[in-house]
Amino acid sequence: MKKNIISLLILMAPALAFASGGVHLEKADINLHNKASLQRGARLFVNYCLSCHSAAYMRYNRMGQDLGLTDIQVTDNLMFASEKIGQPMTVAMPASQAKNWFGKKVPDLTVVARARGADWLYSYLRGFYLDESRPWGVNNTVFKDVGMPHVLWDLQGLKKPLYETYTDHDGNEAKRITGFEVAVPGTMTEAEYDKAVNDLVNFMVYMGEPAKLERYTIGIWVMLYLIILFVVAYAMKKEFWKDIH
Amino acid sequence: MSKMQNFMGWIDARFPLTKMWEDHLSKYYAPKNFNFWYFFGSLALLVLVLQIVTGIFLTMHYKPDAQLAFASVEYIMRDVPGGWIIRYMHSTGASAFFIVVYLHMFRGLMYGSYKQPRELIWVFGMLIYLALMAEAFMGYLLPWGQMSYWGAQVIVNLFGAIPVIGQDLSIWIRGDYVISDATLNRFFAFHVIAVPLVLLGLVVAHILALHEVGSNNPDGVEIKKKKGPDGIPLDGIPFHPYYTVKDIVGVVVFLMFFTGVIFFYPEMGGYFLEHANFVPADPLNTPEHIAPVWYFTPFYTMLRAVPDPFLGVIAMGGGVVILFFLPWIDMNPIKSIRYRSPLNKMNLMFFAAVFIYLGYLGVNPPEPVLAEMGLRFSEVYFVFFFVLWFHSTQRSAGFSFLSLIVLVGLYSIYDVVRVGEGNMSLVLSSWLIPTAYLAFMLLSPIFTNLNKEKPVPERVTD
Repeated sequence: MKKNIISLLILMAPALAFASGGVHLEKADINLHNKASLQRGARLFVNYCLSCHSAAYMRYNRMGQDLGLTDIQVTDNLMFASEKIGQPMTVAMPASQAKNWFGKKVPDLTVVARARGADWLYSYLRGFYLDESRPWGVNNTVFKDVGMPHVLWDLQGLKKPLYETYTDHDGNEAKRITGFEVAVPGTMTEAEYDKAVNDLVNFMVYMGEPAKLERYTIGIWVMLYLIILFVVAYAMKKEFWKDIH
Repeated sequence: MSKMQNFMGWIDARFPLTKMWEDHLSKYYAPKNFNFWYFFGSLALLVLVLQIVTGIFLTMHYKPDAQLAFASVEYIMRDVPGGWIIRYMHSTGASAFFIVVYLHMFRGLMYGSYKQPRELIWVFGMLIYLALMAEAFMGYLLPWGQMSYWGAQVIVNLFGAIPVIGQDLSIWIRGDYVISDATLNRFFAFHVIAVPLVLLGLVVAHILALHEVGSNNPDGVEIKKKKGPDGIPLDGIPFHPYYTVKDIVGVVVFLMFFTGVIFFYPEMGGYFLEHANFVPADPLNTPEHIAPVWYFTPFYTMLRAVPDPFLGVIAMGGGVVILFFLPWIDMNPIKSIRYRSPLNKMNLMFFAAVFIYLGYLGVNPPEPVLAEMGLRFSEVYFVFFFVLWFHSTQRSAGFSFLSLIVLVGLYSIYDVVRVGEGNMSLVLSSWLIPTAYLAFMLLSPIFTNLNKEKPVPERVTD
């Protein structure tokens, strides 16, 4: 038996090695209790993302309630594309136009954090660099040949990649990126920008699943209840089974 | 007579309420030595009820329409009060159902619960498993995410591999040339009405058959053979209250795990809710890697192990169908693993490990080494059933060697056909996996005493 298990583990070793790989992602610091961060993220989201991307399953008033903002605060500061506080975060840009402008449908962002993961978004939003071969003049380190322009460029500035030439497995010469240098400085320092993007991703994680705010708390109460129920149920079983054997 | 007794008398004269209560609960005598593994039957029933109840609430807000389905699920997750709990209960329940059912089936394998006179219980159970797979598959299309869509596309295309009628059949199933609104609507109908009705009917048949012959137990001893003067099996205790109170404990422990997932890990790292399913279905955009949900992946690996699509479908279907015949494959008169040979124990444990490994392979892309493992362990999966039959009785040395040579020869022919310069070392080294397994299982009885069985006791042990 032991032999079987060991041989199985040995066989799985190459499999486990395959499991990792892909692009290196930076870790986002997600904390949904940080209301201030969520509010800053929401502000970035409505200012920068919501012009083209919708978040059509998220309602403004729900966001306000969850982020600790009054309806009036939301209407005055965060609502540019809609008129009523109960409306979802739709976008005015017609979908057919968008396809002409960006080459593909602009995805809705409500649950994008659940599809891509926070770390991916965090790395993606920090990963734009200058590439003249692309229609918007930028490419991305985690999303190759992305169709989206670098909308946060005024904050981050623009990065120019540094290339080196190397010989690949087949003996051909190829170029790869070794680092970046600042081409156009942004209004934020690198640390400030990373923090801003982190806020934005934090907000998007919240938006992907608003229930997350209460889920853990309810879960703990349910567990406590079940533990008590277990004690009672177990005592009852013991009592009934006394006369068996 | 009290008022209550009067009332019950009135009912019983018109409907066998007391009789049913007694036949199935208060005077159904179950062996007193049920262990941990016997919780999963009642848990499966619990999950079935949970799925039906949460499903009913979900249908109140869900829209089976390709334009609206994805949004309606998000509506349930956000705007419906408590909707997210109901939805997570349902999505987690699907996986929980399979976990519970797999453990329930493994219990049957360990204690020989499918053997005479319980063959029909096993067959009904297998039909339940089959219905459950259909139910889960069609339910998975309903959120209308990318994995819903492309998973369904892949599976329905499998029917297209059937010669002659395949293409027409898959169009008939979809109601269109691709998975579309028509498919979504009919899958919804099947998922909420047709299959649940079949499931409920089969569960009733499963339990009726069980209560007709009586439960097996970890010793594999028939308790009905030793009855007291009152006609009650000496080792039997009334299901109610003894096992009802015991199962309540099992239910509470199960709920701890179940709610643990719901509240803390509802996506279960992408295994219960796949990440790509949070992208709405897009018929024009195929995801890089389409993986079915984890409970189908062992059979998916078998499908991928065979290059020819039709033969692949046969292999996958065969992997499920062969389980139906278990009562007639394993003819060893000893039921329980406790008294069967150490060799049989190893065989069964290895089979369980192989099944899990096949599942693991199915969620990963078929890189060359993994694909090779998929083939080899699929071979082991099928050969296991031969070994089970082989161990039914003592075999002669001649027959053992002959079996080994014939079986190894069978899959080696295929290896000879497919081996080339590129995969020579991989094929040769992986060839050892099924071959070592078979050699060990078939020849140990000759050279070791690993095949020695133990005497089965007259009565159940504690």
